[in-house]
Amino acid sequence: MYDILIIGGGVIGCFIARELAKYQAKIILLEKNNDVCSETSNANSAIIHSGYDPLPNTLKARLNVLSNPLFDQVCKDLDVSFIRNGSLTIALNEEEVETLYELKERAKVNGVEVEILDKEEVLKREPNLSDKVLKALYAPTCAIINPFELTIGLMENAMDNGVELALNSKVVAIAYKDNYFTVTCENNKTYQTKTIINAAGVYADEVAALINDTSFKIKARKGSYFVLDHFDNNFVKHTLFRVPTSKGKGVVITPTTHYNYLIGPSSDFIDAKDDTSTEKEVLDAVKERANSIIEKIPYNQVIRTFSGLRAVSNTDDFIIDYSIVNKQFINVAGIQSPGLAASCGIANMVRDLVLKLHPYEMNPKFNPKRRKMIKLSRMSLEERNNLIKENPTFGRIVCRCEKVSEGEIIDCIRRNAGANSVKGVKKRVRPGFGKCQGTFCQPHVVKILARELNIKEHEVVYDNLGSYLIKYQTKLGEKSED
Amino acid sequence: MKTNYDLVVIGGGSAGLAAAISAYDHGIKDILLLEAEAHLGGILLQCIHNGFGLHEFKEQLTGPEYAERFANQLIERKIEYKTDTLVLEIKEDKTVIYSNKEDGLVEVKAQAIILATGCLERTRGAINTPGDRPSGVITAGLAQKYLNIDGYLVGKRVFILGSGDIGLIMARRMTLEGAKVLGVAEIMPYSNGLNRNIVQCLHDFNIPLYLSHTVTNIIGKDKLEKVVIAKVDENFNPIKGTEKEFQVDTLLLSVGLIPLNGLLDKVNVPTHPRTRGALVSQNLETMKEGIFSCGNVLHVHDLVDFVTKEGRKAGYGAATYLKGKMHKKGRRIITRNKSGVSYVVPYYIDVENILDNLVELNFRVTKPFEKTRLIVKLDDKEIKNIFKLHMLPSEMESVLIEKEILMNSNAKEITLEIKEG
Ligand SMILES: Cc1cc2nc3c(=O)[nH]c(=O)nc-3n(C[C@H](O)[C@H](O)[C@H](O)COP(=O)(O)OP(=O)(O)OC[C@H]3O[C@@H](n4cnc5c(N)ncnc54)[C@H](O)[C@@H]3O)c2cc1C
Ligand SMILES: Cc1cc2nc3c(=O)[nH]c(=O)nc-3n(C[C@H](O)[C@H](O)[C@H](O)COP(=O)(O)OP(=O)(O)OC[C@H]3O[C@@H](n4cnc5c(N)ncnc54)[C@H](O)[C@@H]3O)c2cc1C
Repeated sequence: MYDILIIGGGVIGCFIARELAKYQAKIILLEKNNDVCSETSNANSAIIHSGYDPLPNTLKARLNVLSNPLFDQVCKDLDVSFIRNGSLTIALNEEEVETLYELKERAKVNGVEVEILDKEEVLKREPNLSDKVLKALYAPTCAIINPFELTIGLMENAMDNGVELALNSKVVAIAYKDNYFTVTCENNKTYQTKTIINAAGVYADEVAALINDTSFKIKARKGSYFVLDHFDNNFVKHTLFRVPTSKGKGVVITPTTHYNYLIGPSSDFIDAKDDTSTEKEVLDAVKERANSIIEKIPYNQVIRTFSGLRAVSNTDDFIIDYSIVNKQFINVAGIQSPGLAASCGIANMVRDLVLKLHPYEMNPKFNPKRRKMIKLSRMSLEERNNLIKENPTFGRIVCRCEKVSEGEIIDCIRRNAGANSVKGVKKRVRPGFGKCQGTFCQPHVVKILARELNIKEHEVVYDNLGSYLIKYQTKLGEKSED
Repeated sequence: MKTNYDLVVIGGGSAGLAAAISAYDHGIKDILLLEAEAHLGGILLQCIHNGFGLHEFKEQLTGPEYAERFANQLIERKIEYKTDTLVLEIKEDKTVIYSNKEDGLVEVKAQAIILATGCLERTRGAINTPGDRPSGVITAGLAQKYLNIDGYLVGKRVFILGSGDIGLIMARRMTLEGAKVLGVAEIMPYSNGLNRNIVQCLHDFNIPLYLSHTVTNIIGKDKLEKVVIAKVDENFNPIKGTEKEFQVDTLLLSVGLIPLNGLLDKVNVPTHPRTRGALVSQNLETMKEGIFSCGNVLHVHDLVDFVTKEGRKAGYGAATYLKGKMHKKGRRIITRNKSGVSYVVPYYIDVENILDNLVELNFRVTKPFEKTRLIVKLDDKEIKNIFKLHMLPSEMESVLIEKEILMNSNAKEITLEIKEG
């Protein structure tokens, strides 16, 4: 019997797991995919917004503003890449300038520090911007984060502190009897728990419906992006937004914590909640909007395109509350943008809801820090050589583009919530993220995974179960299953 | 550990091997060659079909056999080399930083460097193919490596995007391994592969080639299920209503190669916008004295024999430089491509340092040509007018210019163009 069962291993579920690990409760997290951070938390703009934008008095505004200053400590504890680079919201015409002043007022109400900069100052800070810019709203507290490292780091730390994780566990039925739930997964495993936290992203309404809670609906709104290679660390330093107005949608151009650049997202409601495909017309429109703020975007540096799905609730705000059907079931739904930026505050709010139900004692052994990641890129020559002497696998560089060693890959597999697929390795330590997109390193990564997981090379998956990379063995005359 | 060398060669593929051997034969003995993979030979090791070496050895060798001959020549000369060793950085002062298991992270100081790091395959991201992102979409070269080196077949029902040579070779290779190749789509109205490969790899196996077609959608959640192709108009936009669907588990991409010259980033060596290789002289010296470049990292080659030749030239150039026999840089004649020619390598002729009696200019044409003339001009003066029966963008062309003509001219530019009719 579990005290708490969390459904969904996105940033929200993992943050809640780690927050509740501070208490003496028996906790498990169920995720339907083969890894945590596989859906929306894996495909977004990765911005910790300052919080000037959401309408005052919404949960979005309150939790975003409350969370923003907490990230420095969280990222330090979990060793997550995080940079306070500040944002500039760009106005290109008079109407947009007017909107900037409205946003400035809103920022005041939300309690966010902002400043309006004139053209000269804006161009001084971002020389590549279009000289059509008139003014910009500068928000110094805006930051960029690595959402994979955050989500995975949270889960790893939660597990270090006793939380269990079950992957490939899609919840398909929930029964309630004698004050506890029985949760059944598609793989026929069942779990008993006193409390459930529904953090199922775009599927949160379907999960709530399993206990007949149909009080809200979630629609998916797709956002598509281009990813540029890290060709120039000074191309864009701030996170740039184009002001959305009655006439057009906004657009974001932002560096990532590894100096790639994201350009996007589009914004279109879609029917199928698993449709993360990209479309040419949509991406062409993103290009056009992006070109309005920076005319010379080097699209020959595009290494990838991708899409993510925003979970939009019918209230258009976050829904974080006890279910109207059963108080032991807590919905954390409609977590669209700024869900990542508000995730600290969301986890705290859920913790308070849980403690109100059951005042669990603090866990005295809780350790907020995960073991530091081994990142050769931030070591001196001497430190690296000492490490290589101790463990030569750190001398063998497997990923040419991102310069990742075999040792770093082995380490990310052996941790709690460790990598078990090629994509899992990519999310954690980056081989496959670079220009070659894995064409050089993939065979090596496959070999390392097979060795570490003690499976055959052809059993190594790209991502989810069944997504085999190399299906048939030819050399030994032995064939793998079809 | 030795940390000073006259010459460091980066990359042990056909270009790097030929360069090191040639530098040695021209009198430079203090050489270190560094190779990232476990074996010398580069991309050739996965090209197990034959047809290599027709120019070099007047024999048909397989890729690994061809590579072995050069690897043996290196070893016979006792040239020092390290495998499983990746070069991470080259600095402005010709310091080369490499890493491996045995030596750790090491800085070596070179008097001259030859860059021979080859190329990488363009991926789905680089061509922005829309659709889902399942497993089963893979570059042809990677599939070739899995099959020929590791012994794994990536799938059984295959479609191929792009008619580059590697894709064509893989169409045949996978068919022979029991896979069904349903077709090859090429966005251009002509193939990008060598003619002999179209015949021997597609026609002989009844694999259809869809010219002026591209992949417009990729479908499949975790695993590839389907690809959709469509005909394109003259602007390469898909034409609605011409879509065809193929149920496949694998989409191979053979959509071009890009020189892998990230190592030049920190050295500030200008590159060519079209080839993406460094700008070099006829001695294959980049704009940074003492740094040379050859093989696929300079411009993408289709025949290894030419790569070997280019590697030798770079080795000769570097040896001349190291022996202090390069003259001070003087007059330059810049090469220009005009109508019908897409690029010319080298980028300029270093007139004071023409080492042979003939200077070779390599170039590619922009589209297939039949019965045309290649015109070479020094400024406005025509110096060559050569009849060409066939020329294809997929086949590198070359023309030789006499040293004397170049020495005796005051021209600033040498232009290559194609005249039809
Ligand atoms: C295009 C785009 C851009 C964005 N940009 C930003 C930004 O810059 N800043 C910001 O703050 N926010 C941004 N967001 C929002 C942010 O990404 C989300 O708010 C956040 O990732 C939501 O996390 P989550 O854990 O709720 O959802 P998810 O990451 O989707 O996690 C939900 C998990 O639940 C699992 N699940 C679902 N059903 C079941 C089931 N039945 N059984 C078991 N598991 C199940 C899913 O597999 C999934 O892993 C953006 C969103 C999008 C789409
Ligand atoms: C997939 C493919 C198939 C081909 N098939 C044919 C064919 O069938 N017939 C034919 O005639 N030609 C073929 N070619 C063309 C020709 O054989 C090659 O162009 C030629 O072998 C390239 O030689 P290279 O030395 O320039 O590059 P490569 O052979 O690629 O060698 C470059 C070497 O540099 C190493 N390297 C790269 N970066 C670093 C670093 N930072 N540090 C250390 N080492 C590094 C690499 O590991 C590699 O071994 C093919 C080319 C490719 C790419």
